[in-house]
Amino acid sequence: MLQSVPTAQRDVLSPEKRAQARRRHLVALMLVAPFTVIYLLFLIYPTLRVIQLSFTNSDLTGAGAYNGVQNYTRLLREPTFWTALRNTLVFILLTVVPNTMLGLGLALLVLRLKRLKNLVLAAFFLPYVLPVSVVTNVWNWVLDSNFGLFNTLTGSTITWFQDPVWALPAVAFVTVWWTVGFNLLLFVAGLQGIAPEIYEAASLDGASGWRLFRSITWPNLWPVTSLILLLQLVAQFKIFDQIYLLTQGGPFDKTLVLLLYAYREGFQQQHGGYASAIGVVLMVAILVVSAIQIRVLNRGDRA
Amino acid sequence: MTTSQTTSSLPHTPAGALTARPRRFRLEQLPGALITLLTLLLAGAWVFPLYWAFVTSIKPENETIANPPTLVPQSVDFSAYSYIFQNSPIVRWYLNSIVSSLTITVLVLLLCMMCAYALSQIDFRGKRWLFWLILAGFMIPFQASLIPLFIFVNKLGMVNSYSGLILPQLAAPLAVVVYKQFFDQIPAELADAARIDGASEFRVLFSIFLPLNIGITLSLGIITFIAAWNNFLWPFIVMNDTEKLTIPVGITQVQSAYGVAYAKTMATAVTAAVPTILAYLIFQRRVTEGVMATAGLK
Repeated sequence: MLQSVPTAQRDVLSPEKRAQARRRHLVALMLVAPFTVIYLLFLIYPTLRVIQLSFTNSDLTGAGAYNGVQNYTRLLREPTFWTALRNTLVFILLTVVPNTMLGLGLALLVLRLKRLKNLVLAAFFLPYVLPVSVVTNVWNWVLDSNFGLFNTLTGSTITWFQDPVWALPAVAFVTVWWTVGFNLLLFVAGLQGIAPEIYEAASLDGASGWRLFRSITWPNLWPVTSLILLLQLVAQFKIFDQIYLLTQGGPFDKTLVLLLYAYREGFQQQHGGYASAIGVVLMVAILVVSAIQIRVLNRGDRA
Repeated sequence: MTTSQTTSSLPHTPAGALTARPRRFRLEQLPGALITLLTLLLAGAWVFPLYWAFVTSIKPENETIANPPTLVPQSVDFSAYSYIFQNSPIVRWYLNSIVSSLTITVLVLLLCMMCAYALSQIDFRGKRWLFWLILAGFMIPFQASLIPLFIFVNKLGMVNSYSGLILPQLAAPLAVVVYKQFFDQIPAELADAARIDGASEFRVLFSIFLPLNIGITLSLGIITFIAAWNNFLWPFIVMNDTEKLTIPVGITQVQSAYGVAYAKTMATAVTAAVPTILAYLIFQRRVTEGVMATAGLK
């Protein structure tokens, strides 16, 4: 590791050492600059700008005057915003815990297998590598109200993605189908990381089945479980693609979520400033919820 | 569970050849076997929608809506595929996706590798700031800042262009942090020995650190490729011309164009799904490793 010169000797820095330090910084700059410039321009700067824009009434070209907190007060008084927030929270409820529990259950099933393990793992993970539009196309067809496989086999006539009651659960189901493989993978890794000796010691003491799971598996798995819950929570807060493709937020805003609301206001209604305010609210919500979740879940870890 | 049937207990014949002990089915194996069967059925059900999509795409249109539905096509008909290849820009979309995904993958690996190397191996002013800034990126949902990103890319005149498509997707803090973790583990003596011999930092990176980390490079590369290929939101927003779309965005455009034509719609879906499915099946271990490396950070 290239060390910087210790402080005591800095006053007597020879021209050589100064040239060396300059060269070192130049090389570091060349290595770091390409990524950092792009990172600053395309991630950091837009994040700062969205906060700034949320205090303006700009359109989609960025031109607009400051209007204080008007966007935020409008937000709080707008029923559509509260609908979007509520739908986002319901969607999170329908996906985060079921997706995590299903991932754990499947991991326990998968780890029992020997020769078939990789094949079964691949089967559950395969949806995860698909583009979202393939997923929505396929499920639009399977759940097609007239000729879809599900409705013809069960005789149902529900128009799944247009039904005011079933649309959101249907999108949640598709989301779980699409992403459970990711959780499964992490749980398999987590379960395999628990030393077998712990199990042997416990079964020697007479523990078995559910007792083993509750006293050994679950506590040891907790770091992975809380990580997955956190990742899921953040991911589902940012949900957009499937909802846009399957329901467009309908019917009657029943599946309108925060990001879709921001998209609609910003890119369709040209309310750039207002949409930015929604974006800021989303960012803050994610940060707050993540912070709370980390606190709560880690306390359980220490207990 | 079935310890009595391990190969270590195979009896030997006098001639020295191994004979398999005849398998006896014990009753207490029944629950286990049933659970295994359940697992297999569940796995089959999980991928069934994909099978169904494929099978629909090779049926003639009137068989796709047959009642009762046919599990295996009565007649195989590839006309849906020839139709979409002739009547939609799907080949163009394929090219767009291949070019942009490959470019993104190569650039992400290169840029992140360089940055991570400096963070790991060189002591420079502002290093800690930079690292914290990169870590902070994990908490930032880029979707929230779509509007200013679009405004900015528009100002640069890069809307509806390859550069506008590719550049924002290069901001991948994940790869930097993963690489740094791996580079930190390289023993210092290796790099020092090379420097004493007069090698430049670039030389050390590409001749020592990179060859020692081919595995994680492949893993990161594959999952970056898959993510870039599957990216929907940004390509959807930044590209206007139908000819310039990537495949995931393109196939949403044809849904309305074909009207109610299930075989054709499924044919486009299957065509769009093939590359990433193949990438996964071929590089399954790499994908797994990549997913776990990137998740382990958060």
